Amino acid sequence: MMNIILNNRPESFDEQRLTFEELIKKKNFTFRLLVTKLNGKLVRKEHRHTTEIKDGDNVTVLHLISGG
Amino acid sequence: MDTKQIETILQTKTIGIAGCGGLGSNCAALLARAGIGKLVLADFDKVDASNLSRQYFFRSQVGLYKIDALRQNLLQLNPALIIETHCLRLTDADIASLFIGCDVVVEAFDDATAKLMLIETMALELPATPLVAGNGLAGWGNNNSITTLRVDKNLYICGDGILETSQELPPLAPRLMVVAAMQANQVLEILLNNTI
Repeated sequence: MMNIILNNRPESFDEQRLTFEELIKKKNFTFRLLVTKLNGKLVRKEHRHTTEIKDGDNVTVLHLISGG
Repeated sequence: MDTKQIETILQTKTIGIAGCGGLGSNCAALLARAGIGKLVLADFDKVDASNLSRQYFFRSQVGLYKIDALRQNLLQLNPALIIETHCLRLTDADIASLFIGCDVVVEAFDDATAKLMLIETMALELPATPLVAGNGLAGWGNNNSITTLRVDKNLYICGDGILETSQELPPLAPRLMVVAAMQANQVLEILLNNTI
């Protein structure tokens, strides 16, 4: 089990670790354009399947919308 | 801080505006009125008659480059404002060199792919510069769904985070300008409260 902060809110998962890609699937973030950060550091799309999230991490998943 | 001190601080500040459409033109006008010293404007587009429903341009300016039209309008508001303009479609290759001297950068693109590119490039290349982005402003009403989220130390997102512009949900001036004003207000908070 692990506890993380996801988008400023506490969340618990049964797994000990998840890759960023697995987390996105689990949370059903289906949007195409996502900014992903781990502990304040940008994680680019191509690194999401190798970047691991573990207990205590601070995770940001932000989806972007057209309009401006 | 009294009014004079606030004025003095804002006069020394430089703000980058990435995109001079709905968000960018209105946000720039607010920052000019507030007394910011210098703006760095970037946009590739020309003023179209359809822009007048919500962007800070006038009928007589249709056909001009937005950066040139906006320069004229901003100088009417604040003749002391220093304005640097760049007529180009911003890419990840020129963001750092354009905005390196800025105290804060405002993300004001229309297209979500461009927003993503700017947020990622700023995080990688100018991580110490605060970025205030707009995200979700289409349609009308729902005042209280519009918020400002401080994602991390130097990334702020203003908008509802949900409503994308479409045929059924066009960008209408009031809601768009709420977000533009929140971005400008956030810039002032960063500058005056020393949250940099």
